Amino acid sequence: MLSRTADCLYWMARYTERAENTARMLDVNHQTSLLPQPAEFLEQSWKKLLTISKLEDTFLSQYELVNRENVLDFMIYETSNPSSIVSCLYAARENARVIRGKITSEAWETQNTTWLELQRILEARHQADPSRLLEWVKHRCHLFRGVLYGTMLKNEAFYFINVGTLLERADNTARILETKYEDQASLKVLDVDEGAGGKFFDFYHWAALLRSVSAFEIYRQIYSDQVTPKQVAKLLIFNKQMPRSLVCCVNELIPLISEVKNQQSKEIERLLGKLKASLDYSDIDEVFLQGLEEFIEGFLERINHIADEFSSAYLIPLATN
Amino acid sequence: MKLPFDEMLDAAGKARPHYQIFHDWLRQQSDSLMGLKRAEADLIFRRVGITFAVYGDDLGSERTIPFDQVPRIFTAKEWGQLEAGLRQRVKALNCFIYDVYHDEDIIKAGIVPAEQIYNNAQYRPEMRNVSVPRDIYAQIAGIDIVRAGEGEFYVLEDNLRVPSGVSYMVEDRKMMMRLFPDLFQKYRIAPVEHYPDLLLECLKSVRPDNVKKANVVVLTPGMYNSAYFEHSYLAQQMGVELVEGKDLFVKNEQVFMRTTQGPERVDVIYRRVDDDFLDPLAFRSDSTLGVAGLLSAHRAGNVTLANAIGTGIADDKSIYPYVPEMIEFYLGEKPILNNVPTFQCRKTEDLAYTLANLEKLVVKLTHGAGGYGMLVGPASTKAEIEEFRKHLIAHPDKYIAQPTLALSTCPTFVESGVAPRHIDLRPFVLSGKTIKMVPGGLTRVALKEGSLVVNSSQGGGTKDTWVLEE
Repeated sequence: MLSRTADCLYWMARYTERAENTARMLDVNHQTSLLPQPAEFLEQSWKKLLTISKLEDTFLSQYELVNRENVLDFMIYETSNPSSIVSCLYAARENARVIRGKITSEAWETQNTTWLELQRILEARHQADPSRLLEWVKHRCHLFRGVLYGTMLKNEAFYFINVGTLLERADNTARILETKYEDQASLKVLDVDEGAGGKFFDFYHWAALLRSVSAFEIYRQIYSDQVTPKQVAKLLIFNKQMPRSLVCCVNELIPLISEVKNQQSKEIERLLGKLKASLDYSDIDEVFLQGLEEFIEGFLERINHIADEFSSAYLIPLATN
Repeated sequence: MKLPFDEMLDAAGKARPHYQIFHDWLRQQSDSLMGLKRAEADLIFRRVGITFAVYGDDLGSERTIPFDQVPRIFTAKEWGQLEAGLRQRVKALNCFIYDVYHDEDIIKAGIVPAEQIYNNAQYRPEMRNVSVPRDIYAQIAGIDIVRAGEGEFYVLEDNLRVPSGVSYMVEDRKMMMRLFPDLFQKYRIAPVEHYPDLLLECLKSVRPDNVKKANVVVLTPGMYNSAYFEHSYLAQQMGVELVEGKDLFVKNEQVFMRTTQGPERVDVIYRRVDDDFLDPLAFRSDSTLGVAGLLSAHRAGNVTLANAIGTGIADDKSIYPYVPEMIEFYLGEKPILNNVPTFQCRKTEDLAYTLANLEKLVVKLTHGAGGYGMLVGPASTKAEIEEFRKHLIAHPDKYIAQPTLALSTCPTFVESGVAPRHIDLRPFVLSGKTIKMVPGGLTRVALKEGSLVVNSSQGGGTKDTWVLEE
């Protein structure tokens, strides 16, 4: 397969996944912002959302206030923001258009229809209900992936798509966990009432985080217990069956890389194997001992290093002379 | 003024025999139903992404080419005459290109003046004495045909460089079958959807001599090219790679593509990039669309380019007037298809005639394409004619002039209902081991009332083209 084609497939998948996860993050913030809570905390949680995507400066150059309306506007519609949903969907569709011949026509039409429907949504953006819109984004991304699974040959193209999806997903799950966990930590300080009210709010907060990665019901099913921060982290990092957990993403990447093996893929296999081993031989207590934030920073660094190696092994044209 | 020939209706307003069934069918369809079908067609074209990019607009603005639901129908007999003429013409044109780059017999015989070849910007001295497989230069030809009357066809121009539009021929057929399946039970219509198979067979048959199993690719300028959909469509339908210049490189006069598994040899390139942009080492050095060293690989016979470099010498409008003589010279046959009588403004007496009759003539740039830089005398204002006159006097050798033909019309859906609009036809001729064609071609329609310009860049639409089986 052409390196450029692989590049487009990979980025099409990454942008689709990113659009979905941005929608998930916005949705959970939107939902929790409706809960009763101190105003400064509310602002804090919207600000946090910008920091994890490293977008605070771009945002502040365009808006004065960090509030729900502005952040939603910036993260959904703003085309100067490369991580906004509109930008991601546009980039996903542009990449798909270049290689439309390499995905099935059903897959291309799904991607294209998403874009066309988005045009209509944009025309009436001021009446759009954010929750419904975010729901729609998630739904379209699910649909696209489903169509790919249901119609594509299980060949190189399919593997490159999956690699893109999993790398992006691992990155995004880690970021979601990081922000929300910090929110929670800062909340503990703010929360003067340690009584039933505090607990109650706690519950909604963690429940919202779980919902943002479609894990609330999974949590209940697995632990059938109270929602605690430690168990939430454990589920999102270590659970092998939970499709968006870090371990699950890494485990699924390993066989994919061996499917697309070439002369330059040894280093990626080594890095992935190392990452898998370090997750396999660790547990949640060790993570908390090290500090969750530090652990996640470390994970992000490693997964993004793997993504870079992947790009140079496959996507940037191989030896030309 | 005499009305132009209408494809569906005769002079008395009655349906011609081969249109009778369609005519009766059309009368039974309500306006609202046809309106719905029209909207459905546009929706499907958009969803499927059969669009072309609009230059200069931002963030993915794309347009669909208007599709008209009234087909253009040929009888088997009419098509038989056309097909024979097209095969003959393309065969002679390929002989001509070979001759121009080798023995120059046609110049020696005094048929085409030497300066018409050597001074032509489309002549590529780099191709002198270069052999190409089967001596075929224009594997893919799109010949524009117009009709002026019953059985009276003219070749308007030959397109031997990178003719486009064939994907619309196939997609228009699919659309008609989807919108009006019942019509395909009423008529026996020759299929056209196997065009990509014929194309692949043709491309494989012109692979370099020493290659057993040819690796074929389609070379596109990229997704911002207005015909990108077609490039991508043909590559997908043939099951071959769609590449851009940056995906290819040349080493030891051989062409390779950069793949995830390392370099892979390429044998046949169906290129949709103009000569000028193909190789920055040989032609325009600022081109980022081409492949450095491609010409050298082509000359060494290690890669086949379809079409070959330098075919423009045969489809230039200044060469067009000589095509009938070419046919007699190379094939010893009488031309089956007519040329439109052409005045070559580089000749003093032709220029004088043209200047005296501008309001009656169509004047075209010899190197122009896409309906740009032309004057349609009868449809122009006095001021436009006077403006054009200045250009013509300044550079007479850049222009040819032709009488304004009464292009045939075909009923077409327009805002006010169904009305006659002018049409042309672009059939595609594939030359490989043998010459192959699918019956029909792309019918283009000028949607503006009275307009003779059918190009999609100038607001033209398309129609499905039916060749009836006997």
